[in-house]
Amino acid sequence: MAYDLNVNGEQRSVDVDGDTPLLWVIRDVLGMTGTKYGCGIAQCGACTVHIDGEPARSCQTPVESVGRSAITTIEAIHNTPSGLKAQKAWQDLDVVQCGYCQSGQIMSAAALLSEKPNPTDADIDAAMSGNICRCGTYVRIRDAIKYAAKLDGNAKQGG
Amino acid sequence: MYMKDFSSEVSSVDTRLSRRSFLRAGVAAGGGLLISINAPMFRAAAADASAANFAPSAFIRIDKTGHVTAVIPQVEIGQGVYTSMPMLIAEELEVEPSQILVEHAPPDDKLYANPKLGFQATGGSTSIAAFYEPFRQAGAVARAMLIAAAAETWGVDASGCRAENGTVIHDASNRSLTYGDLAAKAAALPVPDKVALKDPKDFRIIGRSLKRRDSVDKTTGRTQYSIDFIIPGMKIAVAQASPIIGGKLVGMDERAALTVSAVRKVVRFDDTVAVIADHTGAARKGLAALNPKWEGGAATYSTADLVGDLDKAIAGNAVVATNEGDVKNAVSIAAKTLEARYEAPLLAHATMEPMTCAARITADGCDIWVGTQVIARVQSAVAAVTGFPAEKVRVHNFLMGGAFGRRLETDYAVQAAMIARQVDFPVKVIWTREEDFRHDAFRPHYVDKLSAGPDANGIPTAFSHRVAASSVMARWAPAWFVNGLDPDAVDGAAGPYKFRNQLIEYSRSEPRAGMMTGWWRGVGVTHNSFTVESFVDEMAAAAGKDPVDFRRLLLAQSPRAKAVLDLAAEKAGWGTPMPAGRGRGISVILLFGTYVAQVAEVSVDARGDVRLDRVVCAVDCGRVVNPDGAKAQIEGGIIFGASAALYNAIDIEKGRIVQTNFDTYRVMRIDEAPTIEVYFVDSDQPPTGTGEPGTAAIAGAIGNAVSAAIGKRLRKLPVGRGAINASESRQPYQRL
Ligand code: FES
Ligand code: FES
Repeated sequence: MAYDLNVNGEQRSVDVDGDTPLLWVIRDVLGMTGTKYGCGIAQCGACTVHIDGEPARSCQTPVESVGRSAITTIEAIHNTPSGLKAQKAWQDLDVVQCGYCQSGQIMSAAALLSEKPNPTDADIDAAMSGNICRCGTYVRIRDAIKYAAKLDGNAKQGG
Repeated sequence: MYMKDFSSEVSSVDTRLSRRSFLRAGVAAGGGLLISINAPMFRAAAADASAANFAPSAFIRIDKTGHVTAVIPQVEIGQGVYTSMPMLIAEELEVEPSQILVEHAPPDDKLYANPKLGFQATGGSTSIAAFYEPFRQAGAVARAMLIAAAAETWGVDASGCRAENGTVIHDASNRSLTYGDLAAKAAALPVPDKVALKDPKDFRIIGRSLKRRDSVDKTTGRTQYSIDFIIPGMKIAVAQASPIIGGKLVGMDERAALTVSAVRKVVRFDDTVAVIADHTGAARKGLAALNPKWEGGAATYSTADLVGDLDKAIAGNAVVATNEGDVKNAVSIAAKTLEARYEAPLLAHATMEPMTCAARITADGCDIWVGTQVIARVQSAVAAVTGFPAEKVRVHNFLMGGAFGRRLETDYAVQAAMIARQVDFPVKVIWTREEDFRHDAFRPHYVDKLSAGPDANGIPTAFSHRVAASSVMARWAPAWFVNGLDPDAVDGAAGPYKFRNQLIEYSRSEPRAGMMTGWWRGVGVTHNSFTVESFVDEMAAAAGKDPVDFRRLLLAQSPRAKAVLDLAAEKAGWGTPMPAGRGRGISVILLFGTYVAQVAEVSVDARGDVRLDRVVCAVDCGRVVNPDGAKAQIEGGIIFGASAALYNAIDIEKGRIVQTNFDTYRVMRIDEAPTIEVYFVDSDQPPTGTGEPGTAAIAGAIGNAVSAAIGKRLRKLPVGRGAINASESRQPYQRL
């Protein structure tokens, strides 16, 4: 079946079964590979995208359920102030190691920062505990979220 | 990965080789200066590193525009080598590290052998240790040649010239030329015989924290891992090998799979099926519809059988690894004898990126796109199954979404090549998370027996430790499995200690055919640190001594080990009282030349669920090249090891792996992560690795902390879940 999706502000048309997880549509059909597969059962957060600004696990989101909602992926999250701040903080504090989980971490952190510009440790625990990092960068993720909260909205991305 | 025993050989070789014998200079393709580095390998290859047998293991290229490229055999797996290795060159070459591009070397075991391993591999925490001398030497030689070229151009004495920031400057005449201007001329000059290396007190790069160079790409989704690789016409395969250990495929509904839209093909082997489709979603749906049936294999095999086999092995014959003094006699005259049995489970690697490999086979060869720690092994393994000569197998390596030892295996690449052989298009084989768990090369299950004979003061005069486990070495590097002894299984079996009489032994017991055990971050020491450090606490308790004081006595002859012990204890506030329900534990290890001491602080609730509150870690890894990078390795290593020590075990039931995803294999999450403090000992010793020692030390510290908190010795890992009442223990993550 054909579905018209709104991905990162663009209309994209895909022809897949309606129960296809959004993750594979984004990655394999649309070729945007920043969103990652880690578990397929909403346990690891690697596949996190925003749907109308809310974090969602795309591995458990059937494409037919998305409708005209706005999908935002890691490729476009720098267009949101909280996404840009999170990326800048991650770069300044050298959070990444292998990096594979970090798209999902940043998507979760960006959603947290836009909802709670000054998150507490408990807020960070609640918002980020769905994202696994096997390289164990949690100490720096926590620091980076607090650092991002202090950045002004005009943060420029490095590189 | 294992290498410890050879490191001493390597350093003795280093001093015998003249500088010149492992450096060569020549003209780079396209003009410019090429320095080839033949870092001495251990054993035969080292003796052979003469001019006649010059086989460079890395290159530095300075082109006519002044660009510097380092071709290195190591690959980036998150540990930061692409950031830290150029620092070594830049320090002596007098350029900024950011000016050096890094290229990963193509597969070639001879050319790109890891000097500490003897073949091409990224593992064993070897990268910095192996290249610390050679890269500085190469940078210094290149600088000297560029200066000589400038001096010749100007007709001045080289001693009046200096190098700075990619430029040679003659202060007296206020002239300067860039490295790009000089590269071609320098390439024609002889290699200087002696070039002095900088005095470390003049280092301006080594020892200074440098930002990772992969941060921007990895925070914007731009980094391409092998799972992201795509070329026109490529299809996706989702593979399933027998979920029963050693089982065979006996049936499937191929038609049902092929009716799923976008499914193109089903490929079958004896013990594996793969569904190939336009996208992963369809391939997964097709595999579910295919509903493959499996039979045979070790259908009744369980963890109890595996442990039973290990117990049988440990009660039977053993191979002696170390026998010093007279343990039996020392025990018989000891005041009393302590004995204990310890156990540690199978563990999964669970890299965030599951095993993935893309392959294309055409008449003229095979392309493999993969993330691997052993690129040359992949090449030869694929050559063997496809029948192509090695040079027709082109292996393209990718940044990896975690490795931890898993990508020292070639199984997933071989599988991809076999699937690709059945189709006439490129195919990317993606393992599901479930497949990744079921067919991991698990960390071995260990059973240990220890005994100690303390004298009247509680100081052990005799120590014996027998380790029973499968042998990773026998399968992975049979040449290092000598006389039935797996040197990795007993690495650290006496900790960093030396007992007057000590006996270390190994008993081998393999799991059922169809299962594989493999290297896991921190290797043998990861399990021995738990076993030995827990047992040392038992000895301290029997002697009525504080665990840190007791270790100080044992380490009187080991100043570096004692220094990290003291540093960790001091920073942690060892000895200050802890409230009820909380505990503090210490461990000290030596792994790959690095000394680590850790203090763990835990809280244990009424069910026995453990919270790891704080870890204080002292590290002596010689000179620290990139302090913040080293710190990140230690932090991550602690989390990785703590996750396993607290929660993880792979169980087998009815021939199947029980834990197949993160709902049942609970890994540490941010809300469970401890605060971590890392302290480095100031040192001018040559650098050693930091990738694995942080992981290896933590199980001992946690085990001791939990045992202290609950007032009962725990001798079996994991220790974090329901030590008091498992049935009420917290379930794994269940949000969303
Ligand atoms: S892949 Fe979606 S949560 Fe893990
Ligand atoms: S950085 Fe490797 S999994 Fe998070």
